[in-house]
Amino acid sequence: MKALQKIQSCFVPLPMENIDTDQIIPARFLKATTRDGFGKNLFRDWRYENNDEAKPKADFALNNSIYGGEILVAGKNFGCGSSREHAAWALQDYGFNAVISSFFADIFKNNALNNGVLPVTVSEPFLQKIFEQGNEATLSIDVEKQTITIDATGEQEPFELNPYKKTCLLNGYDDIDFLLSRRAAITTFEKESA
Amino acid sequence: MGKTLFDKIWDKHVVEKIPDGPSVLYIDKHFIHEVTSPQAFKGIEQRGVELFRPKQTVATADHNVPTINQHLPIRDELSRIQVEQLINNCSRHGVELYGLGHPYQGIVHVIGPELGITQPGMTIVCGDSHTSTHGAFGAIAFGIGTSEVEMVFASQCVLQTKPKTMRINIEGALQKGVVSKDIILYIIAKISASGATGFFVEYAGSTIRSLSMEARMTICNMSIEMGARGGMIAPDETTFQYVKGRAFAPKGAAWDKKLAEWQELYSDADAVFDAEINIDAAAIHPMITYGTNPGLGIAVNGHIPVLDDIYDEGEKKNIEKALQYMGLKSGASLIGMPVQHVFIGSCTNSRIEDLREIAELVKGRKKSDTVKVMIVPGSQQVAKQVHAEGLDRIFAEAGFQIRQAGCSACLGMNEDKIPAGEYCISTSNRNFEGRQGAGARTLLASPLTAAAAAITGVVTDIRELI
Repeated sequence: MKALQKIQSCFVPLPMENIDTDQIIPARFLKATTRDGFGKNLFRDWRYENNDEAKPKADFALNNSIYGGEILVAGKNFGCGSSREHAAWALQDYGFNAVISSFFADIFKNNALNNGVLPVTVSEPFLQKIFEQGNEATLSIDVEKQTITIDATGEQEPFELNPYKKTCLLNGYDDIDFLLSRRAAITTFEKESA
Repeated sequence: MGKTLFDKIWDKHVVEKIPDGPSVLYIDKHFIHEVTSPQAFKGIEQRGVELFRPKQTVATADHNVPTINQHLPIRDELSRIQVEQLINNCSRHGVELYGLGHPYQGIVHVIGPELGITQPGMTIVCGDSHTSTHGAFGAIAFGIGTSEVEMVFASQCVLQTKPKTMRINIEGALQKGVVSKDIILYIIAKISASGATGFFVEYAGSTIRSLSMEARMTICNMSIEMGARGGMIAPDETTFQYVKGRAFAPKGAAWDKKLAEWQELYSDADAVFDAEINIDAAAIHPMITYGTNPGLGIAVNGHIPVLDDIYDEGEKKNIEKALQYMGLKSGASLIGMPVQHVFIGSCTNSRIEDLREIAELVKGRKKSDTVKVMIVPGSQQVAKQVHAEGLDRIFAEAGFQIRQAGCSACLGMNEDKIPAGEYCISTSNRNFEGRQGAGARTLLASPLTAAAAAITGVVTDIRELI
């Protein structure tokens, strides 16, 4: 996993609530056996008319060239539904390194963190302030300080991040390497609880 | 202070707690399937390590398999490759696979319980959010992502932050025509699709105690649809009777030892939950959803909310968008609305009891000419039982098509899809946009309500048919 310390970027606004992982990456694209290439099908059915890449839906933010950047900002309960990690892979492959919302579904949050995509939970009023910013506005996310700032106004909010996960993100550490290092302790645990 | 059922099981499975971090949680049983495992196998191979405890993982092919002609090669190339990779991965790493053609094959959350692999007091994970189903046995069971599947391969553990606990108490007798699917749809409608996020839910109360294991599984299955990490029910005599004698259940002295342990699995009288909700069973009607998340449900004889009456702007926008997708109107009733498809299946409602319930209703009746009805049994074992009990003849006479086991039109990964713009009453768990096929419109309901619509061709209050 690559390290993530700071992000300063414009953002793509999706002011909708309950965006589920079936929208982020529809099930028919889950047939792949690698982690790569999911970005082109990110939000597939919201992006294209009748699944036709020649017919992008003009009213969808990802198709609007005024929006860009590596941050996605979405309404509450982002990532609900299916546990498919493909949702996190699709966001990352498309170019998003952080998602901001006022509320994340649990499994998505874990999946995102396990791939170095940072879920940033902000208050509902702060989320609305972000949505009110223009398309050229930038946001700054500081993982070490656990803050998110609207650069134009200087308004800032702290966000929660588990200290263990923070260390992983800042250094690009991997949970699996950690768990492999614990195999002896796990074997002892098995013997003791048998 | 007493302990909750959740705490009792959790505490026994914590290998270590990382300071200021998650716990290393030991996993007793790991289920895998073809869709969320290939990248995890690849990961473990790239690291050059062996699976730590391959005997504690069980595999099946369900999400992406055809539900007709399963004896033939899978026609869709990508699906075929995915299923073949599962076969190769399992054989290379020593994982037991109940693949296509195996008598134990079926939806992962149907086969675990019916084979007795799922047992009280266990920790169970699977790369599928409906793993919460297994909680019906008094287990901590939850869905994980593929990175976590790889963690289990590597260490038989996952890193988990302890969730908060919620208890939902349901008391009293159910109305005629109301079944466990209605209970869970009612709860989700009441607390919303995110109402239990961050919590692990225990379902309790006299109503729950009176339910069969199949009915309890339906409830725990949909815990994720209100955001819960999982759902569970304390095991009791109903649970023990269900598990006893199944293929992988403990036998003889081992059974007696386990039973004594399982009888201790309940929340102590003075245990404290972070949240508690009380529900009166008599207030629950047969339910149906009208929107694009499982929280947008109403009593089948009720009305869709009137948009102008909704004060929360976010919620109003959600429902407006959902109604637009569904082609439905604010304030309308669904009774009498034509549906074109009925799907009976999925890890929520494809067990033998569901099919018996439907058979009893449709016996001697015929489906409406305007509806296509698909029954997809949850497993080969369920299909065999359907045949043994002669339910297949009842379904055939009614014009219901019976297919082979798999996830099928619940998520439309295989060819079982609902065409754009058409309505499907479905016994599955999600009504998200495009879930059953791009543009498909899903109305979630109980097996009884779905079967009623199959007979009449329109949304029907089941109480009028029984």
